[in-house]
Amino acid sequence: METASKNPFAPGEFERKKDQALAHRKWVMFGFCMLLVLPLIAILVDIFWKAAPVLSFDYLTENPTNKGKEGGLWAPLIGTFYLVIGSLLVVTPVGILAAIYMNEYAKDGWLNRTIGIAVTSLAGVPSIVHGLFGLGAFVLAMLPGFNAMLGLEGDEKWEAGLLTASLTVAVMNLPVIITSTREALGAVPQSFREACWNLGATRFQTIRTIVLPNSLSGMLTGIILVVSRAAGETAPILFTGATFFKFIADEGVEKWFPYGPGEPFMAMSMHLNIISNQISQMPENMKFGCAAVLIALILIINSFSIALRVWLRGRKRW
Amino acid sequence: MPENTPVKRRKFQFFDFIEKPMELFIRICGWSSIIGIATIFVFIFKEAGPMVPRLDWVEFFTSSRWIPNPAPGNPASYGALALIVGTFGTTFIALIIAVPVGLGAAVYIGEFATGKVKETLKVVIELLAAIPSIVWGFIGLMVLGPLVKSIFTAAPGSAWSKIMVTLQLASADGGTTQGTNLLTGGIILALMSVPVIVSLSEDALRAVPDNFREASLALGANTWETVRRVLFPAARNGLLAACLLGMGRAIGETMAVLLATGHSNRIPEALTDPVRTMTATIAAEMGECVQGDDHYRVLFILGIVLFVITCAVNVAGDLIIKGVKKANKA
Repeated sequence: METASKNPFAPGEFERKKDQALAHRKWVMFGFCMLLVLPLIAILVDIFWKAAPVLSFDYLTENPTNKGKEGGLWAPLIGTFYLVIGSLLVVTPVGILAAIYMNEYAKDGWLNRTIGIAVTSLAGVPSIVHGLFGLGAFVLAMLPGFNAMLGLEGDEKWEAGLLTASLTVAVMNLPVIITSTREALGAVPQSFREACWNLGATRFQTIRTIVLPNSLSGMLTGIILVVSRAAGETAPILFTGATFFKFIADEGVEKWFPYGPGEPFMAMSMHLNIISNQISQMPENMKFGCAAVLIALILIINSFSIALRVWLRGRKRW
Repeated sequence: MPENTPVKRRKFQFFDFIEKPMELFIRICGWSSIIGIATIFVFIFKEAGPMVPRLDWVEFFTSSRWIPNPAPGNPASYGALALIVGTFGTTFIALIIAVPVGLGAAVYIGEFATGKVKETLKVVIELLAAIPSIVWGFIGLMVLGPLVKSIFTAAPGSAWSKIMVTLQLASADGGTTQGTNLLTGGIILALMSVPVIVSLSEDALRAVPDNFREASLALGANTWETVRRVLFPAARNGLLAACLLGMGRAIGETMAVLLATGHSNRIPEALTDPVRTMTATIAAEMGECVQGDDHYRVLFILGIVLFVITCAVNVAGDLIIKGVKKANKA
């Protein structure tokens, strides 16, 4: 008889349909993922392919000439470098201390909740509104007072430049560093702190000797994230000090220190913005070259952060 | 043991000396984000202030006559309707694309993928999030724009053109004339907000306790049924918050839409019409206007509108997430 030899656990019509549906759905969702991966790869290949003719070591170390139609990218690159350094100098100490306050000192009350909401809203403020804020607060309100205080006159006066742009970018990245540092601090087990307190250490001593050393590398990933964001931002520096062209020296010490804190500066993101849609008869290669260098810069910085995180997970001990 | 062993005292160190001032400093830094958000508010209102009572608010929200540089016979007028429509139009298109793709990708990464595939996908999502907005704008202008243009261009009267006009894909005059338009901007914004949606939805799915999954599987449901009938309802608020925060990012985006939407101040009639957003208007016109005049102050008012909208969206999303965390703990 046929029925006797039939496996009683064999999937019926209903189960087979369900399995088919599952496989089907799985492919659809995999397709969604590919919808993100494939365009990204295609776009990157396209940009680097079109940029290839201009990419060379000289392209990175020469100054742009003839409105960026010829020459390289040195001036915007070094400008971006100083912008990143400047904003890091401000945002790292303030952000890390703020996170320490929220994680180690503040009690769970209305104040901590208000700070939390402030961090969220600050993270959500559009970049262009940060630019308006930088214009209103740093360029129009802070700089004149600063000049008057130092007694600077005429040509010596500080204008919108590296200082104001760095401060604006710093305010913008404050929530990023607070969030990532809080995460790093939260990863230190509470028992570590309790053991230290039981030995008689104060809160501050515990933070300094136990909490910070154990979360330092986690914080570092957050700082790298800020570096990559600061290097790519355009809207906040549009009105607060970035300029399209500034003549800088081709040789010597001046080449490495071209911009004073009170002088307008060039930056990669600003350069890409202008050459991609505001200069007529800009050679295609130069546009793609600039975009390719900026993308490569961001990807390299981010792979540092990813590598650091993988390494950290590998040696996690608790 | 001898009676009078001197107690060995620890030497007073540098760090003990700075402990109190340092704690005060930490406290001040703790308030930095409140100070930051308050000063942003104050300074934007300070610059916009004199114009607030003078601005014709009805016109601002209902007319699309945006004429910042008055000419004889063409008085200045600040009607921002087309800009508001542009902002919400691009955001809407972005969300239509980004929400299904983002949720699908999050489910795949969180529930189906394992090992190397999962790690690779997570890294790719992270890299998508890292690409700066100006580069997205460049991609819209130089890579996606020409593609969109070549697909939607058709001779007036041809069959393809008729199809597009009936489907509201192109204006009545046939194909599109420029590659940077509502659709291009929407696609670019979708690619920018997908990483936010994916990572937050994945968090939300991970926050669902494992015994929910186990109970569902024990009843004979397969993975997809578990996702649909158990995980989605359980993580509903978290997923909603993820979409809200993705929307917040799309509304506030500036450089990408400045380059990729075509910058034309009119209400779009079709999917491939060029538009202009509030953010792009501020970025493009702030450089041209005289500091302190009406135009300058109206741009700050646009900034206030954006600030209020994005703050509301983000705080709502965050409160939902916090509520979910509390409910899971209880």
